[in-house]
Amino acid sequence: MKDVLELLRSVRRGRGTGRGRPEGSSDERPVRTDGGAVDERSTLRRWIDSDLVQSAPFWLPPFLLMGFFVYAAIGWNFLLSLTDHSGFSDPDYTNLGFHNYWAMLDDPEMWSATRNTFVLLVGFTVACLVVGLVLALLLDREIRFGRSFRTIYLLPFALSFIVTAQFWRWMYNFDNGIINQFIGLFGLGPYSWLGSPRLVLGSVIFALVWQFSGYTMIIYLAALRAIPNDQYEAARVDGASALRMYWRVIIPQLRPAMVSASVVLMLFALKAFDFLYAISGGYRPRRGADILATKMVRESFSRSEWAYGSSIAILLFVLSLAVIAPYLYNQYKRGNL
Amino acid sequence: MSEKSVTTETPTAADGTIEGIGLRTIGLYATLLGLIAFYLIPIESGLVTSIKTSEALRETWPFLPPGLSGITFEKWQVAYEFLAPGMVNSLLFTIPSTILCAIFGSMAAYGLTLVKWRGQIAVLALFIAGIFVPYQAVIVPLYEFWAQWAQLDTRLAFLWGLPLLDEHHATILELIITHTAYGIPIITLLFRSQYKTMSEEMIEAARLDGASVWRVYRRIVLPLSVPMFAVVFIFQFTQIWNEFLFSLTIIGSVNNPAASATLILSGLGEALEGTDYPLRMAGAFITAFPTLLVYVLFADKFAEGVRV
Repeated sequence: MKDVLELLRSVRRGRGTGRGRPEGSSDERPVRTDGGAVDERSTLRRWIDSDLVQSAPFWLPPFLLMGFFVYAAIGWNFLLSLTDHSGFSDPDYTNLGFHNYWAMLDDPEMWSATRNTFVLLVGFTVACLVVGLVLALLLDREIRFGRSFRTIYLLPFALSFIVTAQFWRWMYNFDNGIINQFIGLFGLGPYSWLGSPRLVLGSVIFALVWQFSGYTMIIYLAALRAIPNDQYEAARVDGASALRMYWRVIIPQLRPAMVSASVVLMLFALKAFDFLYAISGGYRPRRGADILATKMVRESFSRSEWAYGSSIAILLFVLSLAVIAPYLYNQYKRGNL
Repeated sequence: MSEKSVTTETPTAADGTIEGIGLRTIGLYATLLGLIAFYLIPIESGLVTSIKTSEALRETWPFLPPGLSGITFEKWQVAYEFLAPGMVNSLLFTIPSTILCAIFGSMAAYGLTLVKWRGQIAVLALFIAGIFVPYQAVIVPLYEFWAQWAQLDTRLAFLWGLPLLDEHHATILELIITHTAYGIPIITLLFRSQYKTMSEEMIEAARLDGASVWRVYRRIVLPLSVPMFAVVFIFQFTQIWNEFLFSLTIIGSVNNPAASATLILSGLGEALEGTDYPLRMAGAFITAFPTLLVYVLFADKFAEGVRV
């Protein structure tokens, strides 16, 4: 901290002429090496002193590490998806083709996995947005223990998919599960929540909403706090009712938060593999709960159909891209990036 | 939680009767407590189940604690024996990759945010898009890279004779590198969100004063980012500890001596005769213990990391 102050003090002593080269420096104080009216340095020297090169040691190592494991890996994955690579044959990079992608069209498992992926994507995202909004609106006021409530609602988000899947397998247990015992009080059930193909997706979505609605709540709460006070005042002066206040003043202002939360939620849904793996006890998912993520891992790691698995991976990547590219572009346009 | 919050109350509440306000408040708290039950019952029922004898398991409601005679800690002991090596492995890769992520993320955010150069937006876009790449899109190449190409276990064979080092640490090293690479984008964004709010004049002025890029980082940016480092450590520790797909891909089998806690938990208590739920529940709590601890101690900082 002392260093900062010292720097600041020396800055105040100097002439803050703004960015760029100081006009013909007449004083003897050392100026930046690229300063001075006449730049006598060689091109190489100037290049070395440029901000691009000077900052490269900071961003280039992380960039190379990430670039290799993320982007080069995706490229390699795409190449693999064009081969016949399987547990029994090495990839032949000289004979490439899109046959794996055509094979997807004839694969009934792919159709149901795609359908389930979309059901999960939409159902989970919408439910999380709604539950999170309710939580945030309930907590966005001065109340006792407000902080504790928030902490508890966000708690499941700190747990891993594998841990929460254990809890929910037990909740949904046919004989001893709480849910069946509870609805039994009203003379309903028992239902096979995870065993019935018609119920399983809903059950999974319900459990995932339990885990992620706290996350949505946090996003909304931050956005609610950013709404300026006078907007409430103005609406109150106009005599707006509570419902109108929510509908016309508060919720429209939450739209950016809603958009960014739903992007993140959709990406969670696209890779909900961990949860389904753990709640099914292995590579073979519950009947009716196969999504693209589980299908991809099963083809690769259980059936050793590496090339086919890679092609599903590319499909998943394209889907994620379809979700995030418009979002990122929009954020860039607004200058939020 | 400012004064503004109060104004979200309906205007009618102000001219309502005292009982009216009381009813509203009671309703609010009842709802909030009901929600607490919703969020805690799965966890609470897991906790009571984990200490039940098989007899108590049959006889009591799943969310009610067992009678005194129905309590046993045997499952916790068994689960701990299974999970202890996995916990050590998870710590061995989680802590180094969390630290590396924080260092790299802070450096990248600085080089891309506070130092201005042409074309940085393109590099930045690659960093940020990296957050959203689904792990599925890379696990096959990752698996091939580590298993076929890198083969750290044979390449580093000279190390395994040293004390405290073992062959399975090659797998741990692979996990450290992989988690670091995948953590960099999100951590860069977290640091960037803070660096964007830093006073640009201060940094510009320091630069004009002759401070090098490195000096500005060390003397101005780094001291100011200490709180952000705390947020990042807490958030990323939880993320990496909880991660499963990379463990499954790179470690592969529960029987691998490098198996992580999540990987062991995923197969715990699974037998042909049925699932041993009390054992699984005990295992779930042991696995979640480090993250729960971090969460309970630093909930606010964790939430701060989530928000970006």
